[in-house]
Amino acid sequence: MKFRPPFFTIALLSSAILAYEILLMRLFSIIQWHHFAYMIISLALLGFGASGTFISIFQDSFSKRFSFVFLANIVLFSVSSISCFLLAQSIPFNPDEILWDDQQPLRLLGIYLLLSLPFFFAANAIALALTYFHQHVARLYAFDLLGAGVGSLGIILLLFVAMPLQALFIVGCTGLAALALAAWELKLQQRNKIYMLLLLIGIAMSALQHNSELRLSPYKELVQMLRIQGTEIISEHSSPLGQLSIVQSHTIPLRHAPGLSLNANNEPPEQIGVFTDGGGMTAITRGTGKPADYAYLDQITSAAPYHLSRPERVLVLGAGGGSSILQAKYHEAQQIDAVELNPQLIKLLREDYADFTGHLLNTDTIQLYQGEARGFISETGKHYDLIEIALLDSFAASSGGLYALNESYLYTVEALQDMLEKLRPDGYLAITRWIKLPPRDNLKLFATAVDALKNTGTDNPGQQLMFLRSWQTGTLLIKKSPFTADEIEALKVFCDARSFDLDWHPDVTLDETNRFNQLAESYFFQAAKAILGNERNDFFERYKFALEPATDNRPYFFHFFKWSVLPEIISLRNSGGLPLLEGGYLILVATLIQALVASVVLILLPLFFAAKTTVSAPLVTATVSKKQIAIYFSAIGLAFLFIEIAFIQKFILFLHHPLYAVALVLTAFLVFAGLGSGFSQRFAQSKLHHRAITLSVAGIVVLGLLYMLFLQSIFTANLAATMSYKIFLTIALIAPLAFCMGMPFPLALAKLGVLARDMIPWAWGINGCASVVSAVLATLLAISFGFNAVIAFALLLYSLAWASFPAQHQ
Amino acid sequence: MNQFISRQLFILWMAFLFAVIASPKIHAEDFYAAKRTQMIKTIEADVRIGYGNLAQKDLDENVINALNTVPRHEFVPKKLQQSAYDNRPLPIGYGQTISQPYIVAVMTNLLHVGKNDKVLEIGTGSGYQIAVLAELVDKAYSIEIIEPLGKEAEARLQRLGYDNIVLKIGDGYYGWKEHAPFDAIIVTAAASHIPPPLIKQLKPGGRMLIPVGSRFMVQELLLVEKSEEGKISTQQLLPVAFVPLTGKH
Repeated sequence: MKFRPPFFTIALLSSAILAYEILLMRLFSIIQWHHFAYMIISLALLGFGASGTFISIFQDSFSKRFSFVFLANIVLFSVSSISCFLLAQSIPFNPDEILWDDQQPLRLLGIYLLLSLPFFFAANAIALALTYFHQHVARLYAFDLLGAGVGSLGIILLLFVAMPLQALFIVGCTGLAALALAAWELKLQQRNKIYMLLLLIGIAMSALQHNSELRLSPYKELVQMLRIQGTEIISEHSSPLGQLSIVQSHTIPLRHAPGLSLNANNEPPEQIGVFTDGGGMTAITRGTGKPADYAYLDQITSAAPYHLSRPERVLVLGAGGGSSILQAKYHEAQQIDAVELNPQLIKLLREDYADFTGHLLNTDTIQLYQGEARGFISETGKHYDLIEIALLDSFAASSGGLYALNESYLYTVEALQDMLEKLRPDGYLAITRWIKLPPRDNLKLFATAVDALKNTGTDNPGQQLMFLRSWQTGTLLIKKSPFTADEIEALKVFCDARSFDLDWHPDVTLDETNRFNQLAESYFFQAAKAILGNERNDFFERYKFALEPATDNRPYFFHFFKWSVLPEIISLRNSGGLPLLEGGYLILVATLIQALVASVVLILLPLFFAAKTTVSAPLVTATVSKKQIAIYFSAIGLAFLFIEIAFIQKFILFLHHPLYAVALVLTAFLVFAGLGSGFSQRFAQSKLHHRAITLSVAGIVVLGLLYMLFLQSIFTANLAATMSYKIFLTIALIAPLAFCMGMPFPLALAKLGVLARDMIPWAWGINGCASVVSAVLATLLAISFGFNAVIAFALLLYSLAWASFPAQHQ
Repeated sequence: MNQFISRQLFILWMAFLFAVIASPKIHAEDFYAAKRTQMIKTIEADVRIGYGNLAQKDLDENVINALNTVPRHEFVPKKLQQSAYDNRPLPIGYGQTISQPYIVAVMTNLLHVGKNDKVLEIGTGSGYQIAVLAELVDKAYSIEIIEPLGKEAEARLQRLGYDNIVLKIGDGYYGWKEHAPFDAIIVTAAASHIPPPLIKQLKPGGRMLIPVGSRFMVQELLLVEKSEEGKISTQQLLPVAFVPLTGKH
């Protein structure tokens, strides 16, 4: 029977897969931790690679029963997308025990295998369609990309209205809808039976949904908190930015006051805990109307700037539950502006718990803005006496090195420069971070501030910096002008009264430092001296954690790992040395290694089988061309995501909202690549593959180089533009590049359709594996060399792909 | 005569029965005692390598004896008893852990407790740490906030005969006023800050120890000292010998 290509089914299925991938990230961030989510999902995606192997081995028999195998795989995707997650979350995997407990790696493997199944089934359906309808390969691929674009946007919208687990069932049902669509598009005679089957599965799924809940790891902060009697979740809110759980304790107060002085006599008033993804608690504090109840906010290091002068205009970056606002209010700031990224958190303060906070925000003197810190800074016309970056991430996540993979545009040299610009002539920038042992964050921050001050033309940055710490938190004060003797004296009094160590001020001497909270040596003083002096580079070299300041091009403030220290840490593992390991980076490396190993197995395996089965392909038999195919498809697989990831990062700085930037850039890339792919169908049919590939690769390289050179100036010129214009500009800039990037893959597939049809699934598998490796590799490269280098690598890879394109074999 | 033989046989038979019934237990005790000795050796070796930062090269003999006495396998879930003496933390349910023996040894050593000292622990967990301390002092107090965990620990400590430990289920933030002040306080429960009431309940010259980090990995040991004049200072210690700077080139 002859079928028409199921374009819309492919689009819908592809949108479901992409949505599923993003959703899994969300789900695993809640039940586990973000970095493991990343690891698990990147490997699960190798289901794509496995599918290439599978289809290429069985393609003859599958092609004979195309409609059955195609539909079966869609059903299996739909069912497994839900059931495999539910099974995977019931596996008691605990990453903290992985080095001691030999069961843990097996459990991790179990999770990998379970989660790779849905990707495997969905990829089977797509690979099968690409092979079976090889004359329409470019157009099918176009629908695949368009669907993915819609899926990535769709899931982000869905996550605003549905809880993550509901979203999981909706994605599963999208798979069922794809099946119904397939039955219709393929004009199957037994359509009605299929619709009945769908109905039954749908009913079973909804029954399952009612009996399912997310199972958080017992070691997550939220779960630990709920163990305490009288503690309960009073409401939950979810968005793509995170799941907020609001926790109230009826018997034992929360008393959230990190860094409280050991001399303090106060404790906080009643508080409500707000957990994001089961961790990182921030507290909403009851408004009692009595200023004395907030005296505890004067007993933490971040209160220091209020004792140097009387800051009237204060800007809080990262409002969280509002404790920095309360702190400013306690110190009688006249005008307090605060910025918070998560609108749901703002709603809690403004509406749900407005009574509880004593209508904290219901005054003209306090303004809470929804937005991203860096964006607010670049757009605001106001100047402040004090800009404060509040301490919002949790100590646990920070100390475990879990943020190593997260880009942060808040702690870069450029960010501090922008903030300094928004200070009044005698204003302060105050940044509070956790104290880790041996010191890391605070030292890197000091170095970052020194660079920022130097860039603004300061000759003697040491005169404009002060650093104080308790055992738990450290606050860096950066002043726009040199600190005065009075200010230094005032800070000394502040610190003495609270047993805080003032480890750096313009006239500091060694014996003033490290007195109350004693470290083995006066690390902060030594580091500050070295960073300000001539031995800076030597110090960075000798320090066992990476301290070079982060920049917008390499925005990895939380990356502290150094390979050279690894053997020493491992040798200390039995005597409690493992916490010194900055785990996040190693997890990334481990992810890359597993992806590479799995890729090799998945690619070499079919190669082995192909030796027997490709005899039917008359024109491609030499191994050379297989090598060419491997090089071509892995190069463009790597390059596509390199460019996509690097540009997402570049546009975050322009659009100033990580979520919208990711959604917009990803969707724009996929949609325009889809259009490019659809456009390339005409070349595919007219056998002008090689010329079209040459043109598209030339387009990518030229545009890529232009963007590397001029993107920053375009951004700077349009910094003050309206959001809608920025969105328009983003799309306009991405469109031509993505359009060209959509062509190399389907054009080569079309060529394979002519030369060696049975290599199509294999090429699809290679591309899938390369994509997985690419996402991890892009981050590793960016950490070491920056995002511009990632783009440069991508352009080289595209050129390599072009050079290896099997034109000469025709 | 017959009667005598039969009585002898009866006694023999009883002895045999007793041996059969009791022997696995005796063997198990021997087995764990051997493991415990091995654990002590490992810890001592690790302390010699790793303990450099704490200006103390060896463990106090009393601490070693205490670790050698407390049956750690009784404090872990049945299925993990085989691993009880491995130098690693183990999960004990309720999202809690029993600390790595090395860390318990180092912490106990740092508290410098003497026979007549009064010790308070916030966060009983399995009860292992307070049992080790109870081997060293006359009176030990412990507070656990998670009710079922506290009850399990209480039953366990009673069964093992630790009648010098007093346990309470509740909020540890305010310490234990009735029994204050304490010579040593150990806070193993996570808190966002050091509760001021606990500092007040520390005797002049007393020491408070707080392991900071995750359930499975201790990042640092915070030692709070109250001088005889009542002045507070802290030492932030790595449990391991690690210097952040390499030597000058």
